[in-house]
Amino acid sequence: MSVGLEHYLAVSGILFCLGVLGVILRRNLLNLYMSLEVMLNAANLALVAFARYNGDLNGQVLVFFVITVAAAEVAVGLALIVALYRKCRTTWVDDLATMKH
Amino acid sequence: METLPWLLLVLPLLAVGGITWCGWRRQRPAVVARLAVGSALGTLLVAWWAWRQGIDARGEIVWLQAGGFTVSVGWLLDGLSRPMTLVVAGVAALVQVYSLGYMRGDAWWGRYFAGLCLFTLAMLGIVLAPNLLQAYFCWELVGLSSYLLIGHWHERVTAADAAKKAFLTNRVGDLGLLAGVLLVWQSLGTLDLARIREILAANPEALGSTATVAGVLIFLGAVGKSAQFPLHVWLPDAMEGPTPVSALIHAATMVAAGVYLLCRWFVLLAAPGSAALEIVAWTGLFTALMAAVVACRQDDLKRVLAWSTISQLGYMMLAVGLAGDGRGPVAAMYHLSTHAAFKALLFLGAGAVIHALHHQEQNIWKLGALARRMPVTFACFGLATLALCGVPPLSGAYSKDAILALAHEEHRTGMYLLALVGSALTAFYMVRVATVTFLGPAKSQAVDCAPEAPGVMRWPMLLLAVPTVLGGLWGIDEAYGRVFGVAGEGGGSVWARFVGPWVHAPGVALAALAATLLGGGAAWLWYRKAVSDPLDESLGALGGWCREAFRLDALYEGVLVRAHDLAGSACAAADRWVLAGFLIRGLHGLVASAGRLVRRVQTGNVQIHALFFVAGVVLWLWLMLAWE
Amino acid sequence: MQDVLFYIFAALTLVCGFLVVANPFSRNPVTSAMFLVLTILSMAGLFVLLGAFFLAAVQVLVYAGAVIVLFLFVIMLLDLQVEERQRYRLRNLLWGGAASLALLAALLEAVRGRLTLPAETGPPVEGDPGALGEALFTAHLLPFEVMSILLLVAMIGVILLSRKEAGR
Repeated sequence: MSVGLEHYLAVSGILFCLGVLGVILRRNLLNLYMSLEVMLNAANLALVAFARYNGDLNGQVLVFFVITVAAAEVAVGLALIVALYRKCRTTWVDDLATMKH
Repeated sequence: METLPWLLLVLPLLAVGGITWCGWRRQRPAVVARLAVGSALGTLLVAWWAWRQGIDARGEIVWLQAGGFTVSVGWLLDGLSRPMTLVVAGVAALVQVYSLGYMRGDAWWGRYFAGLCLFTLAMLGIVLAPNLLQAYFCWELVGLSSYLLIGHWHERVTAADAAKKAFLTNRVGDLGLLAGVLLVWQSLGTLDLARIREILAANPEALGSTATVAGVLIFLGAVGKSAQFPLHVWLPDAMEGPTPVSALIHAATMVAAGVYLLCRWFVLLAAPGSAALEIVAWTGLFTALMAAVVACRQDDLKRVLAWSTISQLGYMMLAVGLAGDGRGPVAAMYHLSTHAAFKALLFLGAGAVIHALHHQEQNIWKLGALARRMPVTFACFGLATLALCGVPPLSGAYSKDAILALAHEEHRTGMYLLALVGSALTAFYMVRVATVTFLGPAKSQAVDCAPEAPGVMRWPMLLLAVPTVLGGLWGIDEAYGRVFGVAGEGGGSVWARFVGPWVHAPGVALAALAATLLGGGAAWLWYRKAVSDPLDESLGALGGWCREAFRLDALYEGVLVRAHDLAGSACAAADRWVLAGFLIRGLHGLVASAGRLVRRVQTGNVQIHALFFVAGVVLWLWLMLAWE
Repeated sequence: MQDVLFYIFAALTLVCGFLVVANPFSRNPVTSAMFLVLTILSMAGLFVLLGAFFLAAVQVLVYAGAVIVLFLFVIMLLDLQVEERQRYRLRNLLWGGAASLALLAALLEAVRGRLTLPAETGPPVEGDPGALGEALFTAHLLPFEVMSILLLVAMIGVILLSRKEAGR
């Protein structure tokens, strides 16, 4: 069986679920953040695969934009983590329950 | 021509609006007085014109329409409503003028006159009503305005209580009337007087089996307004209102409304196979006797008059009840008209006495010897007393004679004899109150410097004295007889009317005169020189019992208050256990526990939130897939 | 040949991805970051297989070059102590596993049969810099410019956030 779109999509889906697992499993904010990056990349992979099999370059353009936004997001997110660490001296999600009412 | 009778309803309405607008409290009293008296005189003028012209027409506007059901308001002038309009407008106008003197300096001047105008409007609305629905809501308006006027001096607890009592007691009767109106509408499909007459003329059995019930329900309304047993308890208490208001209530507006209603809608009562008239007659007779007995033992000037009104209304009810067999309630309307004049005069006279004593004293055993100091008042009061006693040739003699003759002709011997007894009692208590108040020895110092009534109060009394004296000679009964299709035999000349009763039924006239002389003579002998009531000792406990009106008030209070308390505690229990306990606390508990449950989700932990988010996404995805 | 390469790259991606999120031997963020580099590199291989040459280069440059370096800088900046609670919590493992498995089942179900996937049509598009640049600077010029503003805003935001507050 030759490799087709569904193979790429399966890889993308598995990778995405791995990211989800990481988000729920890891308790260090930095690790959690990396898991998020994994999920983003999984989505990118699906997009590129669709672009290839639809014969449409716009999918790749979108991935380009996603990468750019992801770079900005990582920068801002890490800055937030640094600021948070300065304030609370911790990067553990267990300690950060300010969202609790 | 067609639009002028509208003024009968519009003028009082404009006066009510204008007075309310420009002087509720004691602002601009002159404007208020002009508005009130002007509208009253204007109404009287229109009523007089309508009567002279013999207007026999109707005017209506559609008030609201719902499907096939139309409610219209308007006026219907015919042989019955024309003279009644004149009576109402006349008494109302005189009372308004009289009030200018009686209520001078009152703090709630504007409200008083607005109430009087509203009262007049409501009563004219009943009199002119072309359909039962207008009669009903004007009926309620009468109840409202009586509440406002009886409770005029609402700072006095007794007045406020009396107003409430009048209103609530009337509500009982009004409920009956409402049910009667609905029943008539259900069985006849219309509330229009002309239509109802047509239907019942074509088919007297149209009311069918509901005839008695409908008649009794409508009568129940009249029982409330006209203060018949057992709903008469409000009327003596209503004496807490200003005396002109009492005059208005007793003569022209409120209590007359009940009798008039029965006469106006007589066709509904007189349906064949209906026992309503029988009930009306016996209720009336019983009320007449009971109230007469109570009136003999009253010491308050106004209360005597109040009980006398109840008694006279009983006579009118008796006359209505005996008016079957195609006779029509001629005698009832006759007595209603004459009674309006002399009862208003009695109240205005009493008001003059009270006014002369600076609203301080109403107990007749503190008065006396007022005849010398207030000769005009005494003359008027005396004439009205004699008229009420039934001394010929004053008006009361003729109308009362008509009722007695009616009972006699109907071969109701029992009723006839009891009515004669009532007649004697009437003479007794009226002579008693007049003698003690005006003739006997002065029983307090206040009466020594009592002034005669001022002109604004004197003239209405003198004007009312005219119909009091001459009312029997004007052929009022013949006019009503033509309305109900029973032509009078009087023949028209004044002399024929003067001797009418003696020619027509000499036995009855003689018996009535004898009863009057008997009662009046006894009272004259007992009370002419009396300083305190000589009957107090001789009657003992029985006298006290009569004085307190057979303790009916206490009985009602006991029963009603007990029932009220019971209902109250039942409601309280329902409130406590069902509403507060189950519904409110139960719902509160439900919401609170639901909230507590949901709050567990809100941990503040990002990962648990993420978990829920993912779970939502999965759920949504599966739903989408299942949808395909 | 291409199929073999796909399997190799896919396996690499998944294994490294797994080691990023749930390394059973090390909970150290640095290890995760290293494996994230590997994941991204192998994914760049997949991109090449899909004809997205430029994106593969950008992936390596931006992610492996910039993002991961940023991560490492922050890790070092914070100088986290190794703590007892770096161990995975069983509860998290169970719930996370269940959630991701359910999601995976839903996604695979969709991919496997429910969706009508496009068949390969015509010659594969080549995502070389020229073609992509042409698309970017013609059809997508406005988003491209907006993106530059976004980057500027992110830069200013980061400077603001990471600045030590005056007075502290």
